[in-house]
Amino acid sequence: MIKEEQASQAVAEILGHHKKEKNNLIPLLQEVQTRLGYLPRKALQEIADFLQMPDVEVWGVATFYNQFRFVPLGKYHTVVCMGTACHLAGGRLILDALERELGIKVGETGKDGNFSLERVACIGCCMLAPVIVIKDKIHPKMTPFRVEEALIPYKQEAQGEPEEGKTKSKS
Amino acid sequence: MTFEEINRNAKLEWEALQKGVSIFVGTATCGRAAGALDVVDAFNEELARRGLEVPIVRVGCTGLCYADPFVTISKPGSLRVAYANVTPESVPRLVEGYVAGDDPCLELALGTVEGGEGETIVIPELPRFGRELRLILRHCGYIDPENVNHYIANGGYGGLEKALRMSPEKVIREVEKSGLRGRGGAGFPTHRKWELCRKAGSRPKYVICNADEGDPGAFMDRVVLESDPHQVIEGMIIAGYAIGAEQGYIYVRSEYPLAMERIQIALREAKELGFLGDNILGSDFGFQIEIAAGAGAFVSGEETALIAAVEGKMSTPSPRPPYPAESGLWGKPTLLNNVKTFGYVPLIIEQGGDWFGSIGTEGSKGTAMFTLAGKITNSGLAEVPMGTTLRELVYDIGGGIAEDKQFKAVQIGGPSGGCLPETLLDIPIDYDSLRGAGSMMGSGGMIVMDEDNCMVDAARFFLDFSTKESCGKCTTCRLGTIQMLHILEDITAGRGKIEDIDLLLALAEDVKMGSLCGLGKTAPNPVLTTLRYFRDEYEAHILEKRCPARVCPELTVYYILPDKCDRACEHCVLTCPTEAIKGEKGEVKIIDQEKCTKCGTCLEVCPPEYNAVVKLSPVSLLPSSNPSGKRAGE
Repeated sequence: MIKEEQASQAVAEILGHHKKEKNNLIPLLQEVQTRLGYLPRKALQEIADFLQMPDVEVWGVATFYNQFRFVPLGKYHTVVCMGTACHLAGGRLILDALERELGIKVGETGKDGNFSLERVACIGCCMLAPVIVIKDKIHPKMTPFRVEEALIPYKQEAQGEPEEGKTKSKS
Repeated sequence: MTFEEINRNAKLEWEALQKGVSIFVGTATCGRAAGALDVVDAFNEELARRGLEVPIVRVGCTGLCYADPFVTISKPGSLRVAYANVTPESVPRLVEGYVAGDDPCLELALGTVEGGEGETIVIPELPRFGRELRLILRHCGYIDPENVNHYIANGGYGGLEKALRMSPEKVIREVEKSGLRGRGGAGFPTHRKWELCRKAGSRPKYVICNADEGDPGAFMDRVVLESDPHQVIEGMIIAGYAIGAEQGYIYVRSEYPLAMERIQIALREAKELGFLGDNILGSDFGFQIEIAAGAGAFVSGEETALIAAVEGKMSTPSPRPPYPAESGLWGKPTLLNNVKTFGYVPLIIEQGGDWFGSIGTEGSKGTAMFTLAGKITNSGLAEVPMGTTLRELVYDIGGGIAEDKQFKAVQIGGPSGGCLPETLLDIPIDYDSLRGAGSMMGSGGMIVMDEDNCMVDAARFFLDFSTKESCGKCTTCRLGTIQMLHILEDITAGRGKIEDIDLLLALAEDVKMGSLCGLGKTAPNPVLTTLRYFRDEYEAHILEKRCPARVCPELTVYYILPDKCDRACEHCVLTCPTEAIKGEKGEVKIIDQEKCTKCGTCLEVCPPEYNAVVKLSPVSLLPSSNPSGKRAGE
């Protein structure tokens, strides 16, 4: 996890190449989240100070949009699509299976920081429904049983070598 | 460079490509999800191994998403052949057979590709191409979306060049003649918006392309932006010229990273060739386009809410009037159109409004583009002339229901639309017919449901979506939809009362009347249409505690048929995640209903030769011999 100092430095750097205009708020939040993986409370305050806006307004905008998160993601961020096609093909069973297999609820990150689980409205791969995305890789045509199988390599990797270059979370 | 020179260069590059063998791989998000990039890698490897230098063109999506990864191989003087569901394993065979040799690998082929060179490409072996009319999709899957020369060589930016030689008023008149209506859902006549913006006195003016495609199960705009972004950019520039704007924005949802990347590339290319910037193509008209990345809110699809999002605020709608055409972005006149609306514009200018107006029906001109998803054989995209019937779309183009199941409903327009039954399949697709049936055109998402889908659950699903996405501004939408959702949850859980149906109908009216924007006004549609056409399913849930499709978990139990259970097989016992299935080896397996979470794994793993696991609804059908102590739901 990123230390507070590093986070502040990263935020300062991002603020450095933006104008102090209120319409930059959403791009700023997006950039900070891309860099840090989530929006720490302190970063929100720093953005508010920079744009000379009340904290509450920044908090309001950040919590309004689905994209923004306020807890760090797991190393293996798992997204379950709950779009119409996925729902009709049994999406709820897939979500149940993920919660059961990972031992966390939607919106949570496991205590060991390995897995986090998020639901999205639709990723637009309806012909492959139901789909889940583990660490940016799409797993098509899931069933509760196949969820278990799909998680095995990640669980093994999490227990073994965390060194592999690819394990860095992208977002 | 003059447009003539640009055009000549583009044609030279395109013709050079046609002179040799080329491999085209669909690499839109849908293709990638199916493994298209692995196929590209496999081609690269195989070509290198054989020392062949053959260009691999990463094209967009042809709309045949069910056939992804989709590859075509073109050869001068020979057939251009399309291959469906290509895997890295089949690549060596394709390279040996058709890239290096003369064997078109017919066992892997989907069909031949005809057309191109100004004509829309078709695969004559597939009957759907006889029903479709591809305008927006005409280049999709045929050209490289990251190479502007491919677009130009196929007629691209010709509309802009022509528009700049016309007066802005003449451009608007051409759009008026075409009869084009907005493709975002509401169907407002496009030229009227343009005219209002043109006449608005204040300056500067803005053009915004609404690419916030939030409707779950719809991905037309994504495919267009990933496969042929320049037509949208060209349409926006023409719109800017017509209304007198200098600045445009494309508002794309952040869930579409590849679309965003390809628009960025396209904008850069357009700028380099002088289609964007000052003095476009030597005229005194200048125009810029920037990307605004959405942060994820369904309500942003509403125009005033989208403007708030571009301004960096919470995306909530505002009352109209004033309309954005008078007072939009930063209080200035703003033209907002959907991706597809802009996509039609270059064609309308090039081929004339009368030509476009000759396609479609009296009140709905041109084509309609749909995503086909759900229980349909050929999932993907289709573009048909307005007036085509739903039946043609579902059966002739979509290939009917997957696995020979029984059709139940078609849902059009997502959370704002409605579920239509079999008896309405013969209505023509146009704005007015669909609205008359209680649905709406929407942005073009079409989801097919079969006998295994519960209509009450479907209504609950859409309402759940609307409550989550309600921005909270209007009380009826914020609280009314939640009350409706609670009632639906009660019904699907077997706690419904027959009076609930009237309560739902009354609440639906209140939510419609009391909400400011399209999200609230249309949120009750899925409930209203399912009540209108599938009332029997609501009554079965309420009166008999029975879910006819055996979907709702509280009304359904899993049961192992003793005479079908193999007894020696232990698949279900070993895979049940809650260890709810008991039975010694050689004995019939029994599900402990108290431990069962209804995940469906046993049904999935029971070998097809036994097929012993069934779902029963109502739960009272569970034989009393099932020694679970207690029946589920009791």
